[in-house]
Amino acid sequence: MTAPLIEARALVRVYHSRQGLFGAARALRAVDGVSLAIAPGETLGLVGESGSGKSTTGRMVLGLEPPDAGSVHFAGEPLPPPGTPPWRALRARVQMIFQDPLGALDRRLTIADQIAEPLEIHRRGDQPARAERVRELMRQVGLSADHGARYPHELSGGQRQRAVLARALATAPEFLVCDEPVSALDVSIQAQVVNLLIDLQASLKLAMLFISHDLRVVRQVSARVAVMYLGRIVELGDADDLFATPAHPYTRALVSASPAPGRRSATRIVLAGDPPDPAARPSGCAFHPRCAHALPRCRGETPVLVNVAPGRSAACHLVTPAHAPIDAAA
Amino acid sequence: MADIPLPRTRVARKLPLIGDISPFVALAIAWVVAMLVVALFADWLAPYGLTRMDLRNRLALPGNAEHWLGTDELGRDVLSRLIFSVRISLLIAFGATAISAVLGTTLGFLAAHFRGFVEQIVLTLADFQASMPFLILALAVLAFFGNALPLLVCLIGLYGWERYARIARGLAIAASAQGYAAAIRQLGATPARIYFRHILPNIASTLIVSMTLVFPEVILLESGLSFLGLGVQPPMSSLGNMVSYGREYISRAPWIMLAPAVTIICTTLAVSVIGDWLRDRLDPTLK
Amino acid sequence: MLRYFAIRFARALITIALVVTFAFVVLRLSGDPALIIMGPEAPPEVIAAFRKAWGLDEPIWRQYIDYFGAIARGELGRSMRDGRPAIALVAERIPATLALTLPALLIKLCLGVPAGMYAALHRGSLIDRAVMVAAVAGFTVPSFVLGLTLVLIFAVQLGWLPSGGQDTWRHAILPIVTLGIGGAAVLARFTRSAMLEVLGQPYIRTASAKGIPWRAVVTGHALPNAAIPTVTIIGFMVGTLIAGAVVVESVFSWPGVGRLLVVAVANRDLAVVQCILLLVAATMVASNLTVDFLYGLLDPRLRGARAH
Repeated sequence: MTAPLIEARALVRVYHSRQGLFGAARALRAVDGVSLAIAPGETLGLVGESGSGKSTTGRMVLGLEPPDAGSVHFAGEPLPPPGTPPWRALRARVQMIFQDPLGALDRRLTIADQIAEPLEIHRRGDQPARAERVRELMRQVGLSADHGARYPHELSGGQRQRAVLARALATAPEFLVCDEPVSALDVSIQAQVVNLLIDLQASLKLAMLFISHDLRVVRQVSARVAVMYLGRIVELGDADDLFATPAHPYTRALVSASPAPGRRSATRIVLAGDPPDPAARPSGCAFHPRCAHALPRCRGETPVLVNVAPGRSAACHLVTPAHAPIDAAA
Repeated sequence: MADIPLPRTRVARKLPLIGDISPFVALAIAWVVAMLVVALFADWLAPYGLTRMDLRNRLALPGNAEHWLGTDELGRDVLSRLIFSVRISLLIAFGATAISAVLGTTLGFLAAHFRGFVEQIVLTLADFQASMPFLILALAVLAFFGNALPLLVCLIGLYGWERYARIARGLAIAASAQGYAAAIRQLGATPARIYFRHILPNIASTLIVSMTLVFPEVILLESGLSFLGLGVQPPMSSLGNMVSYGREYISRAPWIMLAPAVTIICTTLAVSVIGDWLRDRLDPTLK
Repeated sequence: MLRYFAIRFARALITIALVVTFAFVVLRLSGDPALIIMGPEAPPEVIAAFRKAWGLDEPIWRQYIDYFGAIARGELGRSMRDGRPAIALVAERIPATLALTLPALLIKLCLGVPAGMYAALHRGSLIDRAVMVAAVAGFTVPSFVLGLTLVLIFAVQLGWLPSGGQDTWRHAILPIVTLGIGGAAVLARFTRSAMLEVLGQPYIRTASAKGIPWRAVVTGHALPNAAIPTVTIIGFMVGTLIAGAVVVESVFSWPGVGRLLVVAVANRDLAVVQCILLLVAATMVASNLTVDFLYGLLDPRLRGARAH
């Protein structure tokens, strides 16, 4: 097993919010003990609903936010604190693309200028070399030459996301975090951009953390998938495997909710209870109020992530190495 | 291609040069340009020197062949004095507006970047500035420090900074939270690059509109101070000074007072009109 | 609600503290306060006594605190010109200033507010246009120009009214009119835009669509809501009751606080300047607090809501 490029251990991130000027401070555990490892050239998908802490995890893994506990190592070295010169220099090797490509682009600059910007920031090459690199990047993402002279609002959503991608790849980073990159795009465009990501990852040997709430997309892109719920990873494993035989009840509900050919809607698992609220975390297993199979133990004791099968781990009292997973059809 | 690109449109980045300009705005622009020309080329345009006295022609009426706008009590040509006064008044107004814009924007950026304590200080100072009548504060400073020209410009340059600061702070925070500023930071740019290469050009149009709103007020402030004898000092002359001198002879030679008064009114009006027009063109969301 | 007032009150205190600090800093920066306030010709023992009394030998932070104390006690120095306490000098001028600014305020309110409201309700009419023109004029014509123009017309050409001084009640007419018209124009413009904004709100249309007669809609819904921002600017004008006539008093040689300030600045009579500065600050802060209080009563959103 090659040494992981990115290794995150026991990340914790707590937000403090205050109710008004004199109200009590509330602590909101957005991320509560998340550990990940991504090998070079590998894509890890991170799935969860809003409030699960997946975006925050992505930001911590990149070093955009310092964790309150835990550590992140990139290529064996701990991440420098954000805002410092070593952190800025590291940006050439780790990059991010976002959900809203229009918001991520400066509306006053042309596309070509913006793709060239990382080259300027990190002082790569001279003027002609940069222009050539911009052309090459635009080719790679499927933008034509005259797109370069346009402004962000003159492009369609898919083209903007390609531009953002080209900009992110300008300094040939080794690691790319994609935070809901296709959620804001039309379905037909989503497929194109996703395919582009897959191709680029293969040709550039990029390690990726692909964050999304959309299972179908994640499944396409990722080799392994982690499922998050209320700040913790509840299941982790090979993508195809996990979606075929989900172990954790939450994963099973998610998988049943996303349409796949051949599945009958009768097996749809509908979750009862309220959607997860990080400010009001249930005791024990955070999922227990909505779990159809909850045991008394689930209320009292928080399950840890343990191996339940080769290459698969889950955090659930019902699924332990000693027992077989509960039949999905039951 | 499933992606259909949008047709190429003309992006109005800067001031659109040609548009449907109403006659009022055209007139206002013409006046301001004329004033600028007068200020720049005063030395060549003025028929006489600022203090040159024509003692045989004192208190001459306007319409005179030698003195188009008449003369004052010392035989000084009103037109020449007017030209030089326009230069001084505009110089002070531009200088002060520039100072206050730079100061306000910088403080606004600092408040947005550092948040926390720095932000609170800037906001408190802004509130303080907005709550006291500036004339009183200015008079107090002039009393304590005297009124040399550089001091005067800097003092007037403190007028209105809080407006730019609020705008800069608000827009910088918005940009940092969700938008391109966060993305650029993520690319590894230094804060200086983010603020000057990206945020500043994007908020420039809003700032410029504010400048055109503050500019007339600066002219009025300086004229008021000079009228009171506490602004520009002789031998230099500003429009406010001229009105003050003209006051002595209001019964005998009202033109001495009227010429600078009309100039003040037309200039502030013209800049206000241009400011409104710019605001409508560049930033219709600002009301 | 209580928290709203507490915050506003704290802000007012901070503003006063800032003004006092401002005066202190400026006073210290401009030279030796003893020499400045007592005058350069004062005998050395007077200077030494002043230094002792004001604690100028003490460390600067101590002086700062003592300064606050001195102000609270009303010890603001003596005028350099005639040696009388600055407070007395200023106080005796206040009635003269109020004789101008109070009637002017009445004019502003009685002329400006109705004009603005009328203009908003009859958009595009002649009155509306007139109000807009007047508003622009009020904004671009400085008060000294307006004052002198009125003098030119009424005193010089027509000879109806005197041009300066304070001898008879007729002397007060032109200054009051100058102050009043300028302020009325500003108020009219402001009231008009506040009213227009309220009239454009959906709830006005709803009220009208419900069949409520227009007059009732205006008095019941539009006016109270437009009153809120209008009260702010009126509050500002009340706050400038003392300070707002500086230029006009000079134009008309009216012996009020404003004129005293100008003369004091010209003579560098710092005790008087300092005194007026603090008086103006106190007035502004008091009127802002009153406006905030009225806001709290008028705007139901603030009653019982969690303030910012």
